[in-house]
Parts: sequence; structure tokens; C-alpha cells
Amino acid sequence: MPQVDRIAEPWGTRTPYGPGDTWPVRVDSFLEQGLAEHDVDRWVPSATILHSNGDALDIAVKDGRIAGVRGRAGDRVNRGRLGPKDLYGWQAGQSPDRLRRPLIREHGRLVETDWDTAMDRVAGRARELLAEQGPSAIGFYTTGQLFLEEYYTLALIAHGGIGTNHVDGNTRLCTATAAAALKESFGCDGQPGSYTDVDHADVIALYGHNMAETQSVLWSRVLDRLAGPNPPRLVCVDPRETAVARAAAVHLANRPGTNVPLMNGLLHEIIANGWIDERYIREHTVGFGELRERVRDFPAEEAARLCDVPVDDLREAARIIGTADRLLSTVLQGFYQSHQATAAAVQVNNIHLVRGMLGRPGCGVLQMNGQPSAQNTRECGADGDLPGFRNWSNDDHVRDLARVWNVDPLVIPHYAPPTHVMQMLRYAEEGSLRFLYVTGTNPAVSLPELARVRSILEQERLFLVVQDIFPSETALMADVVLPAATWGEKTGTLTNADRTVHLSDKAVDPPGEARPDLDILLDLARRLELTDKDGAPLVKWHDAEGAFEAWKECSRGRPCDYSGLTYELLRGGGVQWPCDARNPDGTERLYADGRFRSAPGDCEDFGHDLVTGAPLSDTEYRALNPGGRAIIKAAEYLPAHEEAGGEHPFWLITGRTVYHFHTRTKTARVPQLQRAAPEPWVELSPADARRLGLAEGDLVEVATSRGAVRARLRVTGMRDGVVFLPFHYGYWDRPGGHRPEDERSGRAANELTTTDWDPVSKQPLFKTAAARVTLVERGAGGPSAAPTTAAARPAGTGVPATTGGPQALAGESGQEPGAGRVSGRVREGGAA
Amino acid sequence: MKLDLVVRELHRSENELRQVLLRMSERHKADHETYHVARDLARWCADHVRDLAEIGRAYGLDLDPSPSGDHGPVDRLREKAAEWLGRRPEPALLLLADLRHLYRVASGVSLDWELLAQAAQGARQAELLALAQRCHPQTLRQARWANARLKESATQALVS
Repeated sequence: MPQVDRIAEPWGTRTPYGPGDTWPVRVDSFLEQGLAEHDVDRWVPSATILHSNGDALDIAVKDGRIAGVRGRAGDRVNRGRLGPKDLYGWQAGQSPDRLRRPLIREHGRLVETDWDTAMDRVAGRARELLAEQGPSAIGFYTTGQLFLEEYYTLALIAHGGIGTNHVDGNTRLCTATAAAALKESFGCDGQPGSYTDVDHADVIALYGHNMAETQSVLWSRVLDRLAGPNPPRLVCVDPRETAVARAAAVHLANRPGTNVPLMNGLLHEIIANGWIDERYIREHTVGFGELRERVRDFPAEEAARLCDVPVDDLREAARIIGTADRLLSTVLQGFYQSHQATAAAVQVNNIHLVRGMLGRPGCGVLQMNGQPSAQNTRECGADGDLPGFRNWSNDDHVRDLARVWNVDPLVIPHYAPPTHVMQMLRYAEEGSLRFLYVTGTNPAVSLPELARVRSILEQERLFLVVQDIFPSETALMADVVLPAATWGEKTGTLTNADRTVHLSDKAVDPPGEARPDLDILLDLARRLELTDKDGAPLVKWHDAEGAFEAWKECSRGRPCDYSGLTYELLRGGGVQWPCDARNPDGTERLYADGRFRSAPGDCEDFGHDLVTGAPLSDTEYRALNPGGRAIIKAAEYLPAHEEAGGEHPFWLITGRTVYHFHTRTKTARVPQLQRAAPEPWVELSPADARRLGLAEGDLVEVATSRGAVRARLRVTGMRDGVVFLPFHYGYWDRPGGHRPEDERSGRAANELTTTDWDPVSKQPLFKTAAARVTLVERGAGGPSAAPTTAAARPAGTGVPATTGGPQALAGESGQEPGAGRVSGRVREGGAA
Repeated sequence: MKLDLVVRELHRSENELRQVLLRMSERHKADHETYHVARDLARWCADHVRDLAEIGRAYGLDLDPSPSGDHGPVDRLREKAAEWLGRRPEPALLLLADLRHLYRVASGVSLDWELLAQAAQGARQAELLALAQRCHPQTLRQARWANARLKESATQALVS
């Protein structure tokens, strides 16, 4: 079998294909040194969990241990491929510093204890606070990395049992704007497009989406189209010279904070040139008149001036998008974590609505996710929304949920929108939120303005519970730490960014006394003695499959309908929801008939004012008269809240590398990945570096009014005036533990970011902060440790290429007979 | 014709609304959404003040096109908030009081725009009517924001 260093080649070898063809199979695998495929005891079906792509794989089990992974050839999502994080990442589970026993804080120190003691302390404190203050004292902050069954159980406990409105997931940081934009435009969450749209598209527009590093297997699919006959043309919007930007026909590196004028400029050109589908607009949308009026203020010259991009590039991008026959658009953090996030993301939907390009092969929108099960966080209500995309301001929906749960509708909080995490922190800061239960995430590194976050989480009066697999920065501040099982050690389902549901079966036992998150939550519900309105236990299931069956009932008839799925069916490969009696094989694309889930009695949300964030009322929404049509919403431009200039002349943006995930809790414990990107770095453009007298490898300080970070400089093809920092790095592997040990040791990008969020999606802004860059110490001649393979590629010469060496050699082969059957559930594009 | 009176009153009340928004933003700097959105919305008032001053010339008025720095209403607001809260120091309750006040001021401005639109129609003043049609929706959005934030913030502030 051919061996490829997948650190040096993150996207592997090309398998070119043409428009409308089936993406060829390429099976990627990586096994423990010395182990051959025929030595493996068992192969257990699962999917990838270090990004949102949902690539299907089999876990290799040898002597009761996980010993490797192999992509599933038959799966519609990846056709056998795996990204570098997936190939090597499984090794993290075996790391010796896994949490194995519960910890409780005694005399200021965390000490080991047994499960009973730890859980009694958690349930005891919750009960005290419920008696003293009520549900408003209790908050839950979860993740995009658990399984559907765990989120649904959590949502039931929090919303139906305790009755708190304070529930959110860290999906707030990655995918809240995707959900918000879909609700604003289509009345309901739910990804319109499909990954197979890549197979058909003649134009792919990527808005703030560094797909090459965030969904590396999907990028392989694009690269294979680019290498084949009649390749698509790419339009890239990104201030960095990413791998996507290098492959694009047009690259718009607009000034940070100007996504709305950019989109308005593109829409202006598209409408002015008549590249619109008037019939589609008439029959399937409302609100076009307002959009036409709004974008009148944004002729190409004006938009280009506001965005500081060449006007010819803007026109050319509009022409490519406007004259596409099959247009696929994808959107991610460059829009979601930037100023006017929802307003900008909605304009991408608008392009598809005015061009009538939805629901057909190659014509799709992918409002992407960041994490493997972010979609489940949203649909199960673990992000605070009501489960099943029910509308909290529709009393019928609340009554229906109360029926499913057999509780009084009054128990389910629906007096106001759910409390998002930044607001929960504010309540904790004020002292009215006194119990925060964090599952599978690390806010002490991932939230903005870390000095503030630490000061809130460290308060004595806040009881902090952390359920995780490693002693993260957040765990080190907790009152109780609960050791959890991870991927491969528990069973559950996860749904990717194109609605494909995969089952991840348990392959091995968790270490020590660690337990699946689901079991811990069930234990909590038992200890809190949560009951339904008849006095029976509120949570009526005892295992993952029981939770899944209950969720099927909860989702029945809603847009995310799982009622046609079973674990057995999913063992054969991924299936896209909705999957019900009418669509037993799942549904490739939503809105193929131009009918949207926007009727007032059906929709998930009545929408918002895109500038103020104020929710529309039922009456205001009815006045739009959507009734099954999509809603075109225009947006005015507002300047960013923090502008570069004066003392802080640079725009700071943060982002990721292809080798790490989230706050590195797993990926830093994987030798191949850690070596590829061992420490943070700073990126500046060649012109800025020259102006400041800085060179590759110099130690520099990046500072904002909130804090300072030091790292070595990488000079890249970045837009002038912008400074970039990766957000993955924190302190657990430094002497400080959960914080910088002194003012010279800051390295988490979020020491610098601002506490500000999009008023609609409540997603924090990580892409608009004003910073200054200064020299700390000249480099010793060597380069920074930034990887050279993707966006951090050096602008100059002399930097050795990032490689993984013999330890990173992974298998790569063509069709493997019997390596997972080709799913017959895909109507076109994916079926062999 | 008393159009000048209405324009002058609006010019004053838009200035007042802007002050209320800015003062509110200042007072609730730790409540980040309030802080940022209130400042965004104050821009609309500044735009309206400028446009009113410009159109006012046609009605014999000499109004200042730049927004005023008058702090009078803010003092009144502080008093009112203190009154309503019984001098309790909690910022969450202060926020409710301020939002309530903002809603009332914005609603007043909205009524003024209605008066102006009615008068402009009666007097067939197309430009004045167009101004009202452009600005009034923004005033309504300001009021709706205050209402929505009040609704969102009330429960936690009042039941905790």
C-alpha cells in the first residue's frame, strides 16, 4: 500500500474527477507502528470528531486498545479519506494524563475522590441553590463534541427538569451564526446544501472559510475537482493568503469588519446586471424590494472603497458568481466571528435566493459548522434553543414539547430567548448565576478577553463543575471535576455540517473510573430526583440507544426528522436527515421544491432586526407574509466597534491550523500533530514586517487594551495592516497551568480579544480587535515554528518545509473490497 | 403653518434620545451588548439631527447640524432610575430602569415623527415626508430594541 506523510501533505494524493462524476474512492489509514490490517482484532464503525466534516471511519481494536483508524470507502461524505487530525488524533485517548477519577476541591486544592462523593456534591449544591434562588441560579455550558444522545438528555434535564433558561454550547463560538443566518432566511435551521454539490458546481465561493484547514477532506474533494476536467472556478474572501486563496480565480482580501459592504457590493452588481431569477424571486421569496433599495447605496466603486479591495476584483467576483450555472457557497468563521456576522452571512443566502440557486445538484449553500456534533447541539436544544427546531415564542411548539416530555408547559422556560454563554458570564459576574456545569469545553482558553473570563470563573461564589477527559485550564479552576469517556469509549450519533448522521460505536473501555457523558448526566438526573408531571422519572432512558429512540419521537414531523433512522441502519453508513417514512433513504438537499419551513406556525424563529438584534414578534413576522417562502433580508453597514488606528494600528484576527483542534487538549497530546505546530506564532505581511524592521523568527509582542501575547514571527502573504494569531494555545502545558505565569508569558490569543458579539447570533467577535506589534527580541536566525503547508506558508525562502517524518507515514489506497459497503442511500452523486 | 415647530421639537427630541443612548451605553459598559448596540443606535440619532437641521433651513430654522452635548436629560434619567429602584445599587435593576426610560423617550420621538409625517402630508411637503419615511422606521427599531432588551433582562434581574 502506498505510504504518504500526511503532515507534509495534509490533503493526500489527488484523485481527479469531472463535473457530475462520482468522487473516486481513496482509503486512508494509520495503524500503530508494526501493526498490519490483518492483525486487527475488530473494526468498529465511527466518524471523525476533530472538525465538522463527519468523515466515516472504522476504529481498529487490538487487544482491547484502539490501535488505529481507516476511512470507510463506502461513505458518502469522505469516500475513504481522512484528514491528518483524524489519522493521528486517536492516540490522545491513551495519553497517561487522562482524568481517571473524580476530583473535588478541598481547602483550595483538587483532590481525588469517588463518584458518589463528587456527584453528591454537585447535586447537593444544585438543590441548595434551587431551594434558595430557583432555576435562575443554574447554568449549563456544553460543547459541539459530545453525541446527540448526550445533548438531548442535557436539554431535557436543564429545560424540562430544572427549568433554567441558561443553556448554551461552545457552538456559540463556532456555528451560532450559521444557525441564525439559516433561521433568518429560511425560517428554520437546517443546511440547504450537500457535500455532493462540490461534484456538480461550476463556481464555488468560499466566504471567510479556510476550508483547506477546517474541513480538510472536503477540500480534498475540491482539489480533486480542480485537478479534473472542466474544473470549477473559486472565489475566496479572506484577509489571509490561505490555500483556498491560492487556488481561487479571484481572492478578495477585504479590510476586517467590512463583510456587509462587500456582500452588498456583490449583490449590487448581480442585481444591476440582471443576473437574477425573477420567477424564483416572485414565487419563492419575500423582501426582494427592500434588498434592491438597500444595495443601491453600494455600487462597486463604493463597496470596493469601504472594503479596500481593487474594484476590478470585486466586479470580476460578482461576474463569476452572477454568471455561474451551478453555484455552491460556503461560509465560516471569517464571517461568523466578524463584525455584523449574521447580517453578512444572510447576504450569502440572498445571493442564492435572487439567483434561484438552491436545492439542485451543484446549487447549494453550506453555512458550515466548526465541531463534529455542533449540528446536534443545535437540533437537540443544548445551545439553549428548544429541541427539534421548535420556536420558543410559539406557545403551540412549547405545548408540543411539554407533551413529548410529559411536563407542564410552564416548566419549560420560554419567556425570553435562551441565555447565551457571554450573558451567562455576565450573570455570574453580577452574582445571580451561581452554578455553572461545563461539559467538554474549555472556556478559560476559548472565550474572548481571558483575564475577565478567569476572574469570573475563579469567583468563590460560583460553583463550577467541569466534565472533561483532561485536566484543562477550566478544570483547574473547578470545584468538581468529573472524568468522562471519549470517542471510541462510548456509543452515540453525530451529525455533520451537511446533515449526515453517523453512528459511533464503543470500541474500548474508558480508562480508570471515567464514564460516558451520558451516564454522568443520567446519574445527575437521578440524584436531583427530576420527575415528569405524573411523578415518574423525567428521563426515561438508560442508555444511548434509548436516548436516540426518544429523540426520534421528539424530532418526528420537525425539519430535523430522525424518525426513519435506527442504529442498525446507521451501521451501514451515514444518512442525511430528514429521514422519515416519506424519505426512508434520507434527503440529499433541502428546499428542492422551493418550499421553506417559514410558515408562522411552523418556523423555528420569527427573525430579528439584523442591526439591533431585537426579535420580531409573531405579528411582525406575519406581516412579512412568508408562508413557505424564503425571507430576503437586507442589511445596512455599520463601522466596526473597534477600529485599528493610533496606538493600535493593526487589525488582529485569530484562527486555526490544520493540525490542531479547539484548545489542543487532544491534538497537543499527539506527537505527529504537536510537532507540526508546537507553539503559537504571529503572522504579518512582508510590507508590515519591513516597515517595523521585523524578520521571520523574531520574538514579537502583540498587544491590545486587554492584554499581550508573545510569539515568534512568520512573514506570510497576509493582507497589509492585519496581524494573525492561532487560537489553540493555552497554559496547561506551561508552568502557569491555567493562566500566564507572568506578564511576559501570555500565549492564548484570547488574552487580546474583545468582549463583543453579534447582536443576532450572539457569536463573539474574534476578527475585529485593534492591536500593536512590537519587537521583543531578535530571532537567532531560525524561523518560527509555524507550519509551512497551508495559510502560514512563509512569504520568503529559507524556511524548511513542515514534515512528519517516518512516524507520520499513513496508508493511502484505491477501492478496498469489503472495506465498508457503498451506501445505497444516496440518490445521486455518491452511489457507486 | 407650524411645521417649523415640529421640526424644531424633533431636532430637540432626537438630540435627547441620542444622549439617553450614549449615557446608557456609558452606565452599562460592563453589559457589553447594551454598551455596543446603544452606541450604534446613537449614530442614527446623529444622522437624523443632521438631516433635520438641513431641512429646517427651508422653514426658517437655524438648527445645529451636529448633535448636542447637553446632559440635562441624563440627570433626569438618573433621578428617575433612583426613584424607581428605591436606591438599590444592583446594576441589573438599573439596566431595567434605563431600558424602560429609553423605551419611553424613543416612543416619544416616534410620535414626533408621526406628527411630522401627518403635517408634511397635509402641507404637501414631499421632502419633509420623505425624511419622515426614512427616519421614522429607525426610531421604531430603537424603541423595539429597548423593549426586547427589557424583556430579555427582566426575568433574571427580578427573580434572582
